[in-house]
Amino acid sequence: MNSADLHTATGAYVLHALAPAEEAEFERHLAACEACAQEVEELAATTARLGLAVAAPVPDRMKEQVLQRIATVRQEPPRVSARGRVRSWTRSLPKLALAACLAAAVTSGALAVWQHRAAEDARSQARQAEQQAADLASVLAAPDAKVSVGELADGARGTVVVSRTQDRAAFIAAGLPELGDGKVYQLWFNDGDAMRPAGLFSGAGAERAVLLDGRIDGATGMGITVEPAGGSPEPTTEPVGLMDFPA
Amino acid sequence: MRATERADASPPPPRGKDLAEALTAVARGDQEAFAEVYDAVSAPVLGLVRSVLRDPAQSEEVAQEVLVEVWRTAARFRPEKGSAMTWVMTLAHRRAVDRVRSVQASTEREHKAALLEQTPAYDEVTEQVESRLEQQRVRRCLGALTTLQREAVTLAYYRGLTYREVAQLLTLPLGTVKTRLRDGLIRLRDCLGVTA
Repeated sequence: MNSADLHTATGAYVLHALAPAEEAEFERHLAACEACAQEVEELAATTARLGLAVAAPVPDRMKEQVLQRIATVRQEPPRVSARGRVRSWTRSLPKLALAACLAAAVTSGALAVWQHRAAEDARSQARQAEQQAADLASVLAAPDAKVSVGELADGARGTVVVSRTQDRAAFIAAGLPELGDGKVYQLWFNDGDAMRPAGLFSGAGAERAVLLDGRIDGATGMGITVEPAGGSPEPTTEPVGLMDFPA
Repeated sequence: MRATERADASPPPPRGKDLAEALTAVARGDQEAFAEVYDAVSAPVLGLVRSVLRDPAQSEEVAQEVLVEVWRTAARFRPEKGSAMTWVMTLAHRRAVDRVRSVQASTEREHKAALLEQTPAYDEVTEQVESRLEQQRVRRCLGALTTLQREAVTLAYYRGLTYREVAQLLTLPLGTVKTRLRDGLIRLRDCLGVTA
């Protein structure tokens, strides 16, 4: 399907009327097309109304049966979702290769934009941003830096870079959807039994890199959620993604 | 994302925000909340599955599977992506359609022959869509579509056909069907005042 075809496939998509390969292709497109995502949400809500209109009386015994069944069915853990499942690989990249690709990442998109914006801000903020950028660069270029790549919800991709000697972690995301007013992405350290706030992340759309606030301090991974502006003391929504730190 | 407590939080079945809250509680393993969700969604789920599958025994089996899946995967529900009812109904349609297609895959040739002989089911479906306010509204809005839009949408949704099958049945080009499915749903959306 070409891109015009893809855009007109929203109807067929919510009706589950595409062939599996087309559906997969459309979902990839969906991750990058906000207008389509909005339309899909609205059209899905529309089809639900069609469904409500054919509601049928349910035999009484069905409730008993279903309630009995669920009592023996394990629920999927709250942090795993079909599309947000993290496919994580971990390895120590050869230092040169790592340095090269990180240097590319840092100099090309994320940091350049960041530094550009910082320069437009007040001088103190610029200095702060520079310091953060320096810290970020320091983690990215650390001799013991290890990388883990995962898939976030909606086709976005996340990269975690960890330096154990510095006890710091950096997060790079590409393709996160824009959030509406009053919402923000928040990062978290996963301490096993609890999520510890690790700063906000305003990087929808293009590739953005950010240093997680605070030390790793034994955290086994990180998560990213959508929170009300200003962030929350603990996650209030399902994670957009969860990633394990490289060992 | 916690919705505020409502004084008028009515006895079951919950709707709208209350249903979303109940589903969120289900994600935490709350079986009582699941019973509330069941009361709200079981009739539309069974009705939709039956509309696609027809066979009553098979429909009940698939509807039960859908309801168990609601329990199992409640943690995937994302309130910011749409209502709880939409989430459940999308799941139900998906499962019903999957069942149709898995049966189809095994008897592809017979199926194609049968499909071509069948008369479209939309008359029957729109018959079912009568009485009660919501049903009347949906029926009125379906009636406001062009014939092609209505046929395409009802065959895909209520019968679970792919757009290729719809094209074959209505002897229309694939692109036309795809477009009719989209603009038909858009017109329905506007007629029903759906805001997602």
